[in-house]
Amino acid sequence: MHRYLAGADDNRRMLEKVGCSSVEELFASLPAEVRCGPLDLPPGRSEEEVRREFWALAGKNLTTECSVCFLGAGVYRHVQPAVADALLQRGEFFTAYTPYQPEVAQGTLQAIFEFQTYVCQLTELDVANASMYDGATAVVEAALLARRALPGRSRVAVAGSLHPDYNAVLRTYAEAQGIALTEVGWDAAGRLDAASLASALGPDVCAVIVQSPNVFGVVEDLASVGATAKAAGALAVQAVAEATSLGVLAPGGRFGFDVVCGELQAFGIPAAFGGPHLGFFAARQNHLRQMPGRLVGETVDAEGKRAFVLTLSTREQHIRRAKATSNICTNHGLMALAATMVLSLLGKKGVREVALASHSVAEYLKAGVRGPGSGVRLAFPEGPTYNEFLVLHDDPEGLLARMQKELILGGVATTRLGTDLPRGILIAATERNTREECDRLLDALRRLA
Amino acid sequence: MSDTRSLREREKLIFEASSPGRVGYQLPTLDVPAADPAATIPAASLRGEIAELPEVSEVDVVRHFTRLSKWNYSVDEGLYPLGSCTMKYNPRINEEVVRLAGIAHLHPLQPVDLVQGALALMWELEQALIAVTGMARVTLQPAAGAHGELTGMLMIRKALQARGEHRKVVLIPDSAHGTNPATAVFAGFEVVEIASNEQGTLDLEPVRTHLDGGNVAALMATVPNTLGVFEPEIARLAGMLHEKGAFLYMDGANLNAFVGVAQPGKMGADALHINLHKTFSTPHGGGGPGAGPVAVSQALVPFLPVPTVEKSGDRFDLVHDHPATIGKVRGFYGNFGMLVRALAYIRSMGGAGLKAMTEGAVLNANYIRKSLEGIYNLKYTGPSLHEVVFDDSRQAEKGVHNIDIAKRLLDYGFHPPTMSFPLIVHGALMIEPTESEGIQELDAFIEAMKAIALEAEENPEMLHGAPYTTPVRRLDEVRAARQPVLRWQRPRE
Repeated sequence: MHRYLAGADDNRRMLEKVGCSSVEELFASLPAEVRCGPLDLPPGRSEEEVRREFWALAGKNLTTECSVCFLGAGVYRHVQPAVADALLQRGEFFTAYTPYQPEVAQGTLQAIFEFQTYVCQLTELDVANASMYDGATAVVEAALLARRALPGRSRVAVAGSLHPDYNAVLRTYAEAQGIALTEVGWDAAGRLDAASLASALGPDVCAVIVQSPNVFGVVEDLASVGATAKAAGALAVQAVAEATSLGVLAPGGRFGFDVVCGELQAFGIPAAFGGPHLGFFAARQNHLRQMPGRLVGETVDAEGKRAFVLTLSTREQHIRRAKATSNICTNHGLMALAATMVLSLLGKKGVREVALASHSVAEYLKAGVRGPGSGVRLAFPEGPTYNEFLVLHDDPEGLLARMQKELILGGVATTRLGTDLPRGILIAATERNTREECDRLLDALRRLA
Repeated sequence: MSDTRSLREREKLIFEASSPGRVGYQLPTLDVPAADPAATIPAASLRGEIAELPEVSEVDVVRHFTRLSKWNYSVDEGLYPLGSCTMKYNPRINEEVVRLAGIAHLHPLQPVDLVQGALALMWELEQALIAVTGMARVTLQPAAGAHGELTGMLMIRKALQARGEHRKVVLIPDSAHGTNPATAVFAGFEVVEIASNEQGTLDLEPVRTHLDGGNVAALMATVPNTLGVFEPEIARLAGMLHEKGAFLYMDGANLNAFVGVAQPGKMGADALHINLHKTFSTPHGGGGPGAGPVAVSQALVPFLPVPTVEKSGDRFDLVHDHPATIGKVRGFYGNFGMLVRALAYIRSMGGAGLKAMTEGAVLNANYIRKSLEGIYNLKYTGPSLHEVVFDDSRQAEKGVHNIDIAKRLLDYGFHPPTMSFPLIVHGALMIEPTESEGIQELDAFIEAMKAIALEAEENPEMLHGAPYTTPVRRLDEVRAARQPVLRWQRPRE
């Protein structure tokens, strides 16, 4: 028998009880035409053999930890405290189900309540849910919320400087929902173009979606975008792909935005080749009943003791079915727990310090790029940035390939993200990048660009 | 003896434990000049310190979350018989390999030359899932079951559009999980519910009637259905649908019931999502993340979301160039970390092991059924596969309902069964033991269920107050919903 299964002797005793002579009899209800022969898969392997296979697979990848890494574009390499992963590996957390039985799930529930609080604090909004899949699907949910909140309006004005993956996913969902998308361009500073936004707005627009910092790393003027959206009667939505920016940048909540949503991977979640990451969704109080996903609320138990429970679930698919606010069921709860741990460790001082340090490293690089003979030039020299910026180059993938030979992952070629962006390389820095790494990158750019 | 639980039970919110000046981290020394954001970013776009964030030490954090963890029930602790959730053992080797640096620390936008191992792994998993399902191809992108459903339904929509058809109706049995109707609506369809027959399964006739209208895009069916009963007409239903140009969407939430025994490909499914966090052992994580790959028939291959992983010789690539694709359904390429765990599980089990897994799951469910039949009512008596759905109608005569039975089970040390569906069973107790349990654990659960049935006869009042031994007692859920408190706020001074 297999090590994950009970023994053959158990099976024999159970078959006696069930009144069958073989397990095969239990499948008598499956007709011959749907049956299959033995699966075309290798035989079961020992733990040692599995380990060997995955070590070999892992060995065919270059990990970012063995190179000089300035990759960003939606996934960032920030501090990853050992404590968070150690706690995450407690079976009490990772082998539990969704906390539908609150009496035996207070650990998960209280942690989610803390997570919701953190998201509200970061975004300066009133309510946050228990997580979404990722930044892209969180943005989709914002568009869908806006459409429900403003019936009759079915167009969304979306920044062309939204992360191309978020944009692509939004297009996929919007088509099925009959939502029209109007793209709003950027200006010479890499910011949302005010004239383009004004002309995109109209009485049929239910939301304006802007990312800040945007895909070029440029910090948007949220006060202005928020006011413009409001004046047109549309909801204002901020997407955030680099959540540590919220340590120094004022969030949309401060400027009257209805929804701030996006990706929290930057707070300690491994890149893991793109997932699982952590979508988040926060909104103003008046949108509470239209929120997607799970919410945890505070209450008391039969003895008056404070306790936490999933609440307002009449919005959700298991109650409302076809009329639910979203079809989401399984979310990214364990990733939310990870971010809750990391935010707790960083706390008041650390959230700001990570942001300041990341900004400082990026500014050091930018100064180098601005210098004479740097080999590349800034795409938006006038655009204020947080920790990421775009440099122009005609053959970004070729340049990156040359740097890669020196174990430098110099950034993300915009040509990998989509065809509508200026050709160049997005360079992202974090508090984990040293001066020596920066100098190596700048030197490589000078020599190889 | 003093009450040693009291310390844990008094655990505050992390914000309430804050103490000025404490820190739980130390960043690397900043060796570039510190930049003042105000030098480059307009002042109005900046914020100061976020005052309400906590100040705690690393030890504080370890204690806090360790204490919280002890309030949770988990698969590691015992039987977790949630029907249709497949709460099986989550092997530790999967957790080990997913943390290898060459797997955990890969950026999704690294050049593909530098992630050949990751792409090979995805390709291998796709091949394995093709072998299991007998379908043509698999997309690994969806993040969860419901997300897989949506992906599948969008492909069906696109396939119909490619034929110039705009069919609006999706047929869904009344026994379905709530995500099915929600998904159909989000994919742009209208839902028509199909009543189950007296056996709780689907008849051909009502489906045929709707098909004659010509507006049916698809039928969404769970196999085996949420009663744990195989749909005996599924292959004929598929034939009927295909004849009328409609598709069969199969909800694979219950795939654990027939791996290595039967294949959705042979049942005529056009799209099927696979919950890796159910059948393929990736952890549920207290609500997620999961992964919901979708296997499709040849008819839907052109519409798969991008990118796909393609193999050419020894080289693997991410391919975005599929003209008929539905587009992207999420950022990057899927919940890679969950894909790694699932492949590790498939490698550990092997083909024969996966079949033994299904056999164990079905035998365990039938053992529970046989042991509790006559004590709890079984509304639908068709042959059970991986789960069995009792109801509370006998106990309800004494005023005891499924919620009371569930809460009392907590006192006996078990997680309760699923109660919220199927909607066709009032007072449902949907029990799915999975193959992970041995006879001792099953017997202990069965004894607990029997004891509760006896308590329902003799002392029904007592059950209304259960649970008595959990970290908290029954909660005031009405209050939570009527006066929502969804975040901590600093009390006013």
